[in-house]
Amino acid sequence: MTAIGVAHFPPHEGAPSLELLGFCKRFGSLMALDDVSVKVKAGAFHALLGENGAGKSTLVKCAMGYYAADQGQILLNGREVEIHRPRQAHELGLGMVYQHFTLVPNMTVLENFVLSRDQLPAVIDWSAERRALKTFFETTPFTVPLDTPVADLAAGQKQKGEILRQLYLKRNLLILDEPTSVLTPDEADEVLSTLKELTDAKQITIITITHKFREVNAFCDTVTVLRRGKLIDTKPTAELDNDMMAEMMVGRRENRTVVERNVREPGKPVLQVEGLCVADNVGQRAVEQLTLDVRAGEIVGIAGVSGNGQRELVETLAGQRHAESGRVLVHGELYRATRPEMIRHKIACLPEEPLRNACVAEMSVAENMALRSFDQPPASPDGIRLRRSPMRAAARKLIDAYRVKTPGPDAPIKGLSGGNVQRAVLARELSSEGDLLIVANPCFGLDFAAVAEIRGRIVQARNRGAAVLLVSEDLDEILQLSDRIVVMFDGKLAFEAMAAQAEIGAIGRAMAGH
Amino acid sequence: MSPKDQVALESPPAALVTAPASSSARDNMRAILERIAVPALALLASAVIFGLLLAIYAGVDPLEAFALMYQGAFGTWFSWQNTLTRAAPLILTALCTALPARLGLVIIGNEGALVLGGVAAAAAGVAVSAASPLVVQLTMIVAGMLAGGLWIAFAGALRQYRGVNETISSLLLTYIAIALMNHFVEGPLRDPESLNKPSTRAIGDINMIGTIPGMDVHWGLAFGIVACIAVFLFQRFTTWGFAMEVIGGNPKTARMMGLNVGRYVLLACGAGGAAAGLAGTVEVAAVMGRANASLAVGYGYSGILVSFLARHNPLAIIPVAVLLGGISASGGLLQRRLDLPDAAVVVLQGIIFVVILASETLYGRLLPRRQGS
Repeated sequence: MTAIGVAHFPPHEGAPSLELLGFCKRFGSLMALDDVSVKVKAGAFHALLGENGAGKSTLVKCAMGYYAADQGQILLNGREVEIHRPRQAHELGLGMVYQHFTLVPNMTVLENFVLSRDQLPAVIDWSAERRALKTFFETTPFTVPLDTPVADLAAGQKQKGEILRQLYLKRNLLILDEPTSVLTPDEADEVLSTLKELTDAKQITIITITHKFREVNAFCDTVTVLRRGKLIDTKPTAELDNDMMAEMMVGRRENRTVVERNVREPGKPVLQVEGLCVADNVGQRAVEQLTLDVRAGEIVGIAGVSGNGQRELVETLAGQRHAESGRVLVHGELYRATRPEMIRHKIACLPEEPLRNACVAEMSVAENMALRSFDQPPASPDGIRLRRSPMRAAARKLIDAYRVKTPGPDAPIKGLSGGNVQRAVLARELSSEGDLLIVANPCFGLDFAAVAEIRGRIVQARNRGAAVLLVSEDLDEILQLSDRIVVMFDGKLAFEAMAAQAEIGAIGRAMAGH
Repeated sequence: MSPKDQVALESPPAALVTAPASSSARDNMRAILERIAVPALALLASAVIFGLLLAIYAGVDPLEAFALMYQGAFGTWFSWQNTLTRAAPLILTALCTALPARLGLVIIGNEGALVLGGVAAAAAGVAVSAASPLVVQLTMIVAGMLAGGLWIAFAGALRQYRGVNETISSLLLTYIAIALMNHFVEGPLRDPESLNKPSTRAIGDINMIGTIPGMDVHWGLAFGIVACIAVFLFQRFTTWGFAMEVIGGNPKTARMMGLNVGRYVLLACGAGGAAAGLAGTVEVAAVMGRANASLAVGYGYSGILVSFLARHNPLAIIPVAVLLGGISASGGLLQRRLDLPDAAVVVLQGIIFVVILASETLYGRLLPRRQGS
């Protein structure tokens, strides 16, 4: 027929149905999936909705064989199948498209497609492959240029390439993990509508993980909502409106705090952000004309799904990233994140993953605790000489006060557990009784006790009059700690309300772009 | 098990939180042992490779050769002085790599800073040669250090403000530096009486930096040792040294602390270049009496080797430089007794450098890590 090794493309065998029954998955003490069952009809465009950490990715990764589920059955077209490895999933026609691109940037589309096949001959007949791929592209709803290096493709084309590759590999059940998060709305619409045509023609079945209600409303026919590892419900999109979806996603929650806080009127603005624009690592605008005030004695919580510019905002305020335009004022003075300014205004930061973002892993606990104060008395009487014994003494006090579990002040900080690294950083940052505290996902990956303690310390700082900017992907944390809540979506502020009056559904809608 | 499972399982239950204490003490011990064992093994491996080379290629008994090398390097007071004289510039040029290395930079432009330092020192010395010897010497030192310092600081600035890889730029700047030296000694600064070997005018015997009393070794050795101790004290006991360690350890954290990374890059590169410039100055003011192409004989390149062998630790640079100085001092004896080419010891140096670089991958793997720690 054709040369050896050249894939030929029989018409799709049609869209399969998929049933996931009773999935459980535990990571340590965390129940990531708790008896979750989802039925996806053949030819469906099925949305999986949920907050960060709701278990959506865990569920599909179990289905794809990346994780071994503790329990759970998979029924494909009504027949039970075993999937222990991704390759088994591939052979059954299941394919996954990730949030971030997986095509090799410096290779052409043709090379990428051919090399991603599970089995390759030792010698590849490129001209035959090219002919075969051209023929294949005649049958697909959209195409991408074959001989262009992937790096030269626009984001939308890359995502189309990722999808086409799945079709080329004869996968007829596609799982898309936030496929549009790197696309513009127009690109997203184009990609999703062509996929919609394929599902309508019953050629493929699609499960898509998303946070965006707009896309769910426009393209998906069924919605499954997960919350904290549990299945909430599966319903046809037609029966749902945005309020119902938001409520299913975030639930009805205690809007009030468990941490004791003073009743106090916020004071003067400490942090003023005016028209701030920041680019992300690849040069795209991540923060767009952001204006925000944080006043003394209040906690402003920024809620939002990750990737909406929060990281770039925090890095800019912490001095780790340059703004493109706009300005930041602290106590009414222009703030450029230099060390003298940080010391004068007593600015403190608690970033996520403190070992990576706020520590020097190879240096000792005492040295890491002195990063803010090593050039101030008593560690340095004149800003030049460095005396290690006061440094160590100060560290001992902080270790006791913040109950950091460490072999001693001279142990390298990288040997400490995550909670203790965060406590050490907290001790360093809060011991100066700062006026402005910038906090990002401070409890990410920490155990229950550490979480309660760290949240308590943040509220204490607010009670004594510090201005706190809290960025968190954990909505509970925002609700529990904040005096005022804003939502960041697509680099802009999408919502603002006092925490006492904030309506949870409105926050959920704003997080999803409505 | 997938990576995520492992991460989740690693967060220990409360009963196990004391475990990191003992394991981190063990880790420290292991790290210290490795810091000695890895370079020692690398030196041993280099000696074996060099020995095989001698036996197979040159038909020389390697043991005899090594005995002769010891003789030539450390066997007599005379050979010790020869060794120390060769070690002096290596100590200074090694600092040119070691200081920026503290910030995580790999600078290998030592040779360029050395030759420019030498030329600048000679030019300055000739210009003020009428003044008192002390003034002339100080002027030369300042000029030499300034030239070397600015040269490497330029590589640092390219890195900090234009994103140019500092390793490549400092290496290429060396070629430019050597070309500049040739231009000056053959052109504007040439002594018309230097016929065979174009050189600058002599700075005058009276202005030469002499030898350390009681030895034939010039003052450059003392400068080098003092510089290494000063750098050690700077790194250990000043806030600037501390800030540099933070920057080298985690630049992101350093920026969060508001540290002015650019300033420290320029400072470290400038100081490193100044040390290499001082090495060039000493070659002119204590050995050659004038600047010419003999400045570029590879002390700068050997300095890179010394710094890496010392793991960029300023105090370790001194013994390592003496070892390398000894190897090069023994070249003459190997040549006379065994009829080996003078370059044989350069081959040994090259082998050591490659093996040392390769041995970097052994850190953290050499001593078996106990399961579960």
